[in-house]
Amino acid sequence: MNHLGFEMEKVKIGSFDFTCCEGCQLQLANKESTLPDFLALLDIRNFREISSERLDDYVIALVEGSITRPDEIERIKAIRAQAKVLVAFGTCACFGGVNNLKNRIPQEEAIREVYDGKAVETMPSMKISDIVQVDYSIPGCPVSKDEVERIMVGIVTRSQVSLPTYPVCVDCKQQLNTCLFDLGEICLGPITRAGCNAVCTTGKTACLGCRGPAEELNMPAFLELIKKKGLSLDDLHEKLTFYNAFEPLATDET
Amino acid sequence: MKRDYSLDIHHLTRVEGHANIQITVRDGKLVDARWAIVETPRFFEVMLKGMSAERVPFLTSRICGICSISHSLASIRAVERAMDIVPPVVAEKTRLLAMHGETLQSHALHLFFLIAPDFAGTSSVLPLIQSHPDLVRAGLQLKELGNEISTVTTGRCTHPVSLVVGGLSKAPDKERLLHLRAMIQERKPALETTCSFFHTLTIPAFSRETEFISLSNGSTYPAIGGRLVSSDGVNREENDYLLMTNEYTQEFSTSKFTRLSRESSAAGALARFNNNYHLLHPKARECAESFGLQPVCHNPFMNNIAQLVECVHILEDAEELINSLLESDLAEIKTPYTPKSGKATGAVEAPRGVLYHHIEIDDKGKVTKADCIIPTTQNNGNIHNDLRALVEQSRREGKNDGEITKLCEMVVRSYDPCISCSVH
Repeated sequence: MNHLGFEMEKVKIGSFDFTCCEGCQLQLANKESTLPDFLALLDIRNFREISSERLDDYVIALVEGSITRPDEIERIKAIRAQAKVLVAFGTCACFGGVNNLKNRIPQEEAIREVYDGKAVETMPSMKISDIVQVDYSIPGCPVSKDEVERIMVGIVTRSQVSLPTYPVCVDCKQQLNTCLFDLGEICLGPITRAGCNAVCTTGKTACLGCRGPAEELNMPAFLELIKKKGLSLDDLHEKLTFYNAFEPLATDET
Repeated sequence: MKRDYSLDIHHLTRVEGHANIQITVRDGKLVDARWAIVETPRFFEVMLKGMSAERVPFLTSRICGICSISHSLASIRAVERAMDIVPPVVAEKTRLLAMHGETLQSHALHLFFLIAPDFAGTSSVLPLIQSHPDLVRAGLQLKELGNEISTVTTGRCTHPVSLVVGGLSKAPDKERLLHLRAMIQERKPALETTCSFFHTLTIPAFSRETEFISLSNGSTYPAIGGRLVSSDGVNREENDYLLMTNEYTQEFSTSKFTRLSRESSAAGALARFNNNYHLLHPKARECAESFGLQPVCHNPFMNNIAQLVECVHILEDAEELINSLLESDLAEIKTPYTPKSGKATGAVEAPRGVLYHHIEIDDKGKVTKADCIIPTTQNNGNIHNDLRALVEQSRREGKNDGEITKLCEMVVRSYDPCISCSVH
């Protein structure tokens, strides 16, 4: 690979999934127009979803999904031991994601309800950083390929990588969208980290906060706005807990 | 012939999710052939309990990264039927177009990324970028087109944004629809390239009679809603999904199994093709003929060709849908509603087959019960039985262990199993 006239080494990468929908890994194969260039950065050593090659000499591990079974703990520890850089890839890996909605009831009850007595192993869903150290996080349900490209190029070229610190509202305003609060709906755009190009609110549906809290976040003003508009606190709670990305805010404030 | 043979594939590659193939032949007799799904179970039915009906499609779309639009629409259909909501015609057409986009993307992903390497003898699509550049370019063009159709109709290609109970939250943009129509025209040659490549391949000769299950509405190739039919003559109403599936569990699999008139059945592109052949676009039927594919075909490997035939149908039908949307007033996109109690099933033809969501709602508009039955679950039994028959046939034909292993992997992949879906 040639970058600005310098010959660069391809980075050895592994892509792994735990409890999830595999939608974030699928984004790696999307944005087809730039896909060959993106793949040219990488030496894919282990990526079960698309390749029968299974080598364990990867340097970067992309990890999708949350941890919900004891064998997954062993597997993530082994990946951590091998990888120099471990990236929590997507909302489930970063926060637990929708998987954490099952934690609301005892696991035995969940098993009884779905499997009707069959012995199935599961435990409360946990994010990756509950088990091992995470070096980078790329949130999103699913991750945005633009952001993935930007961060991977940053890692490969050893430059600084960071996520936007401001909220989704900033991007949403730039797209000249009508504010969903003005249409009578609670939207988590004011408190959620930007970087998704405000894709949901541009499609006129409320932000559910898949990217987690923005760093410059004014929660009291946000709650004040909801009270002033007389919007439902039940609805707020359902939205704040959807991806488990606002713990402990969700339980403290609502 | 060798008396003993055993195959233990831990975490089969180039499929979506984690599953193992285990086969044991001892003293010349097949003692075991199993398709064991070991994916971690996810409990979506539990997660859905207590959720507002309007939010359901945003949760169920997260069951699957590949067919999120199908999950979203199955839930929307269940909720709308439960609350007696009739979406506007424009919304129905947009939804159908969105389904086409998803199926095209999913079939292209399967044909190029997951199964083409088997025929080319490579471990993944990556070496094909060098050895078959035209083919890979064609595959990427078709997959990108599928994603673009989904993006224009739903706001994003994975986990749709604007598909909502009652209709759409936002209409597709006419400029982008025009662009999409041009893109379809421009990419039809990519589909021809793909067909030419598949014409050069030898599809394994294997056949095992089975029952094919799909939706059917008698007037158009099935996608959203309709009667539940089988090639053995079963014909039922959508809400009777439990009678079509008869779910049961096996100790070695975290995914369930289903059956209807026989010990197992098949859903997916080949099932839709077998049950609805006459409703395909004439160009799609022409494509099928060029491969010698006729209903009722019992060779599971031909599911790949049925997917290709569906891609031809999709490009033609998508063009017609876009023309119709361009001529429509896109102002009325959502039927207003007040949540009320009710229960209903929503069935759609996801890329891999019939997908059922059954939702029960209380008078506050909250979910009291949810049940999802996934296409892969409906194919588990057939995959299991095909493996057994395939190993026996291959041994009779004197194939060596390496050849048998490859065929076993290929027959599983031909069903395009979506394993994380199946343990939702």
